[in-house]
Amino acid sequence: MRYIPHTEEDVARMLDAIGVDSVEALFAPVPAKLRLRRPLEVPPALSEQELFAELSALAARNAHTGTHEWFLGAGTYAHFTPAAVDALVSRAEFTTSYTPYQPEISQGTLQAIFEWQTMITGLTGLEVANASLYDGASAAAEAALMAMRTTRRSRVVVSAGLHPHYREVVRTYLAGLGAEVVVAPLGPDGRTAPLAAQIDAATACVLVQQPAFLGCIEDLPAAAEAAHAHDARLVVVVNEALSLALLRAPGDQGADIACGEAQSFGVPMGLGGPHLGFLATRQRFVRQLPGRLVGETVDTEGRRGFVLTLSTREQHIRRERATSNICTNQGLCLLMATVYLSLLGPVGLRRLAEQNLARAEYAKARVRATPGLSLPLAAPTFNEFAVRVPDSGAAALERARERGIVGGLDLERFAPELGPAVLVCTTELARREAIDGLVAALAGRAA
Amino acid sequence: MSATSRRDRVGNATAAIGYEEPLVFERSRPGRSGYSLPALDVPAVDPAACLGAAALREGIPGLPELSEIDVVRHFTRLSTWNAAVDLGLYPLGSCTMKYNPKLNERVARLPGFAQAHPLQPEALAQGFLELCFELERHLAEVIGMDRVTLQPAAGAQGELAGVMMIRAYHEERRERRTRVLVPDSAHGTNPASAALNGYEIVPVPSGGDGLLHAEAVAAAMADDVAALMITNPSTLGLFEEEIAAICEVVHARGGLVYGDGANLNALLGIARPGDLGIDVMHLNLHKTFSTPHGGGGPGSGPVGVKDALAPFLPTPVVRRSLGGGFRLERELPRSIGRLHANFGNVGMLVRAFAYLRSLGPDGLRRCAEMAVLNANYLLARLRGAWHVPYDRIVMHECVLSDRRLADTGVTTLDVAKRLIDYGYHPPTVYFPLIVPGALMIEPTESESLEGLDRFAEALLAIAAEAREDPELVRSAPHHTRRSRLDETRAARQPVLRWQPPE
Amino acid sequence: MAEYDIPEDLSYSREDEWARAAGTRVVIGVTDYAQKQLGDIVYVELPAIGTTLHQGDVFGVIESVKAVSDLYSPVSGEVVEINAELARRPETINEDCYGDGWMIALAVEDPAEVDDLLDAAAYAKHVEDRGE
Repeated sequence: MRYIPHTEEDVARMLDAIGVDSVEALFAPVPAKLRLRRPLEVPPALSEQELFAELSALAARNAHTGTHEWFLGAGTYAHFTPAAVDALVSRAEFTTSYTPYQPEISQGTLQAIFEWQTMITGLTGLEVANASLYDGASAAAEAALMAMRTTRRSRVVVSAGLHPHYREVVRTYLAGLGAEVVVAPLGPDGRTAPLAAQIDAATACVLVQQPAFLGCIEDLPAAAEAAHAHDARLVVVVNEALSLALLRAPGDQGADIACGEAQSFGVPMGLGGPHLGFLATRQRFVRQLPGRLVGETVDTEGRRGFVLTLSTREQHIRRERATSNICTNQGLCLLMATVYLSLLGPVGLRRLAEQNLARAEYAKARVRATPGLSLPLAAPTFNEFAVRVPDSGAAALERARERGIVGGLDLERFAPELGPAVLVCTTELARREAIDGLVAALAGRAA
Repeated sequence: MSATSRRDRVGNATAAIGYEEPLVFERSRPGRSGYSLPALDVPAVDPAACLGAAALREGIPGLPELSEIDVVRHFTRLSTWNAAVDLGLYPLGSCTMKYNPKLNERVARLPGFAQAHPLQPEALAQGFLELCFELERHLAEVIGMDRVTLQPAAGAQGELAGVMMIRAYHEERRERRTRVLVPDSAHGTNPASAALNGYEIVPVPSGGDGLLHAEAVAAAMADDVAALMITNPSTLGLFEEEIAAICEVVHARGGLVYGDGANLNALLGIARPGDLGIDVMHLNLHKTFSTPHGGGGPGSGPVGVKDALAPFLPTPVVRRSLGGGFRLERELPRSIGRLHANFGNVGMLVRAFAYLRSLGPDGLRRCAEMAVLNANYLLARLRGAWHVPYDRIVMHECVLSDRRLADTGVTTLDVAKRLIDYGYHPPTVYFPLIVPGALMIEPTESESLEGLDRFAEALLAIAAEAREDPELVRSAPHHTRRSRLDETRAARQPVLRWQPPE
Repeated sequence: MAEYDIPEDLSYSREDEWARAAGTRVVIGVTDYAQKQLGDIVYVELPAIGTTLHQGDVFGVIESVKAVSDLYSPVSGEVVEINAELARRPETINEDCYGDGWMIALAVEDPAEVDDLLDAAAYAKHVEDRGE
């Protein structure tokens, strides 16, 4: 087997050095009655050539952005990633390196994480960011836990505008801790309804998604005011990280914690993972941050270097009093995003966001102009918005599929109150022709 | 071979290039760009007109302006400062730093995996659903469990899920159980995961032989104990010989046994945790199943359960559809809910699937056999010069301590740093906590005989250096880009981001 | 023990805190053994003034680079003063744990509680018993 180098001669020499007769003798400490006495019932080994063919066949049975025009977002976004990202991330010294616990031989990873932490604070308008969490949903849950720790309260208010899966994950994380999770409803324009009535002195935090799941841009200053009136924390949750390039930073609008998903920054959609959770907050909460942190320091010669720091928050030291149980994070995905953001820069990222907005505005104009379709939510949007269709989301999307378009998300399960509707996302991949085709298909018309 | 002088350079765990590369922000020059955008074939819009000026930001601090070559050079240079499995041995205990096959990277990048969306219609995702269904079955077979979830994004998240399922199980039975037993040799995630479920942690002491004894568990076990969390082989690299009796003790009083699967590499094809009495366990695909560590992630932590816990598995689950093909089942009223926005780290599932299919039953078993052979061989070579706290046949890892160096003033930390001068990433140090000055060494089956010999010789040389020239060891590493870094300063005056000079 | 400084005139707890009583005011800190075990102190979390503590209660947390430990009150009382210097220079504890590195001062109701604690000799034995 090409991954295991031992020859029979090697094995013989090693057994001799150890002083046993056989490899089997090394398993003597395993009681005989506990031994598996048959081969594992998994398929026999395949050669590289055969396995590649088999996996290619499996992959070919999935639609992807190469087979269809793509308008499906809903928390995972189809953006274009420059070739340099994968080229750099594929370097063995990044891919096959370990967590940077030995800083002298991990300065590459550590410096990249420090750069990422800096970029996230800039994008969120906050002061300190950690070295990633698993995904946006667990980041939202960790943010809620953090707010509960810093306020010593156990009531969490979650806007209905939070991605439904994120709401589920927050509930799952909080279930074992005696926390109360309350959902704050949306108003008729698609934004969270005024929050004052939802928040009280027992409330640890309010979670508001920006933009919301159905695409609406929320009034964060109002949410901040409502939260702070009772000394609760405002947690802003982001699904479409590209929105941070255009919209006013959460930290500048009263957010105490900003968190969410950074997959849009050069991380493949990948059927949902691995993605990239981020979390940022104010300096005064730094010791309550979950996850790893990289800090700047100097070596014995006075040269600048980077190390993992404030580790006593983490599970490997603090154990049951840790801020989280997280160990492995999303390291290589963090690197993808750091490379991506370095390539795009502030100007490129802003222009990209404006392109996304322009395509969405064009699509919305086409929807307004097409009989049978309408925009049920009045609030402004970024690159994602709900479209009411004449018959059903399923039928409308089927028509789109017949034209080679994955047209969006059927909202029947997620937002039945809108009636038959679809959630459409237009990124920079959405060409004008494809938008025209999508609109016609949703309406049930010839293009 | 020896390196008794500071000038000698036997090897280096990082590549030889020694660029002084600044932060990416320090390379930034206004007007430089590394992007290209497609032409806009729809009308341009004024964001302020669409969204209102108050909703918009002005600029974006914290992002650099660089040309593409700047970015490529920057990160290429950074990469040369890292050690990596592809460069040399990483003998980290309980991390299983085995070879990361390149075929796995290629298949994970197939567009049908990489450029597909988690919420696309099931009819357009059958390849994905079938892969998950098959992988669940194969993993369940490997570990002797009835059902598997692939959703947790890492071992720690898998643990969280496992303990949540245990909690759900007891709640359904209306049993008030508030405590979880954790051996004193356990990894820190174990008590952290239990605490996140509101449990009180009760430590259980290991015996003088380093093993967990049924007697000690029986003394701690009570009707208000929800579970015992156990790692087998233990963090000392020893098979917990009383595991069957231990599980019986816990089960007899209505508790469940959680298995931390970090050390599964030693058991592949040899014994199955489910057959030993474990009720629920997580695996680490980035350990046993070869997915790369990526500088700290992403990993993947599937969880296997016995049927009794199956109703509590995270939602959704993959089922066969009636007409052939596969679908997602979301009607799972007793599920603990969701832990991940989607299905977990699917890219790592694809890699692990390819790995498992590359090995087959014989290959998997060979992993365990050669991993155990390698660890015992190292022990045989090292036990003369190094103190071995539990000197017996080990499984896939062995633990040494720095006791024999006590009179030299050289500590385990110094030894670790000096190993870097010999071209190695150090082993795990100061863990498990029950061995003072521990060095936990796991070579994995990837390492050849001559590779093991070189590593053993390095450790033997360092043991000699500790006597003959202790200062050389205590001031190591000598040949890295950075010498020892001031971690105290980093913690006292945390600087966690770059800011432009005023 | 020659290795660790254990002043004769103080009282000690088994959790490695010291107490210096002056009438109903008791000043508390951590011992030389504790600060050496922890290594470079990087952070200390102390209670608010006015907090009521019972003997054995956790009153704060002390962190070094590699370890973290709860701080246990050796006596009962109300917190009347905390050493604000430690927020700025936690290393003061490493430098002068019995003097400038003091942590909190309590107003105690029952000064006799101090008698329950270990004297210097008993504490020295406690340290020795834990050595390897």
